[in-house]
Amino acid sequence: MHELALSQGIIDVIRDQAAAQGFVKVKTVRLVIGTLSHVEPQAIAFGFDAVSRGTIAEGAVLDIERPPGQAFCLSCEKPVPLPERSDPCPDCGGHQLMVTGGEEMRVKELEVE
Amino acid sequence: MCTVCGCAEGETKIEAGHAHGHHHHGHDHHHDHDHDHPHDHSHEHVGPDGKVYRHTHGNDHGTIDLGRGPAGTEVPGLSQTRLVAIEQDILAKNDSFAAVNRQLFAAKGVFVLNLMSSPGSGKTTLLTRTLTDLKGRFPMAVIEGDQQTSFDADRIRATGTPAIQVNTGKGCHLDAQMVTQAVGRLPVETSSVLFIENVGNLVCPAGFDLGETHKVVVLSVTEGEDKPLKYPAMFAGADLLLVNKVDLLPHLTFDVARMIAYARQLKPDLRVIEVSATAGQGLEDWYGWIAEGLAKAVAAR
Repeated sequence: MHELALSQGIIDVIRDQAAAQGFVKVKTVRLVIGTLSHVEPQAIAFGFDAVSRGTIAEGAVLDIERPPGQAFCLSCEKPVPLPERSDPCPDCGGHQLMVTGGEEMRVKELEVE
Repeated sequence: MCTVCGCAEGETKIEAGHAHGHHHHGHDHHHDHDHDHPHDHSHEHVGPDGKVYRHTHGNDHGTIDLGRGPAGTEVPGLSQTRLVAIEQDILAKNDSFAAVNRQLFAAKGVFVLNLMSSPGSGKTTLLTRTLTDLKGRFPMAVIEGDQQTSFDADRIRATGTPAIQVNTGKGCHLDAQMVTQAVGRLPVETSSVLFIENVGNLVCPAGFDLGETHKVVVLSVTEGEDKPLKYPAMFAGADLLLVNKVDLLPHLTFDVARMIAYARQLKPDLRVIEVSATAGQGLEDWYGWIAEGLAKAVAAR
């Protein structure tokens, strides 16, 4: 049950924050799930409804930001886009790449009341 | 629970009779914001299609004043929403335990290897051979992760090395808190090597930092040479690739060079050592790599 588990992690974060910041209802959950992360956003969206039932996030809208894969090419000495982890540098065709973005997996902000 | 595959974490068992039902968190993580939270002034209306539309009217500093909306009125029953910045990683709890482990290991000069592979790569055989050959050179200990049974820890203890079994139940990987608990029950000596044998799985273990010094992936030549491309996160995060069972190469069509090229597409500076845990090829290189890493860990203490 991949998707339930992903969502449970998010609910845990929300519960901790609700206690600390004093809100009682979550209307929107903004997530950042990089395209190179090992997480499928559809999977989270699918399970979130079920896991959020009976919590302060019940009925909340999931808004998922997908930052693209980014790398620094050590050969070209410049940042390049990296749509897939095993892709080559679009300029030199090499693989001397250090991933610099797209691996994010975090709760960015909540719209609450 | 595993945020990768969703397996339950409620059945984790650490040897010596300690059943552990839930994760407890010994510390809170507060993130302070040195700015005022923006306050959204929004209202909703129901469209002809029955859908609820919400409008947001700007931000203000800490004052909620619905009278400043475009209609200039306050309507009872409408919501007062605000934005709360969170910026918290979904794996933040795991990472905080990993940081605790790392600190503990650094203070004691322990060189920690997180061994990961598919089931059947010969990981445990390689480990028992390593422990037997290196016995007496420096102190070692092992944390064994498996879903069920203590067979592997029994095999390790037969070499005379202290070992503790962590049964993850339905869990498909070790997480940092399991390691924190296991270390509390295992005599981990100062200036020693700790091997953590993860659950056989090339997917989920890649996502969980345990506080190790290095991640080591074991891939045997009886597997597919395209595995690095099929499981990119595992190889992208590895520091060392041990190619095991190379004594069988004469009987196989496995192209070692191609597999290594695939792996280096994901991690250009990946160190690779070809070994045979049964025939002994390459083991001196592997032992040399361990001894070098331990020397660094001890020097940095």
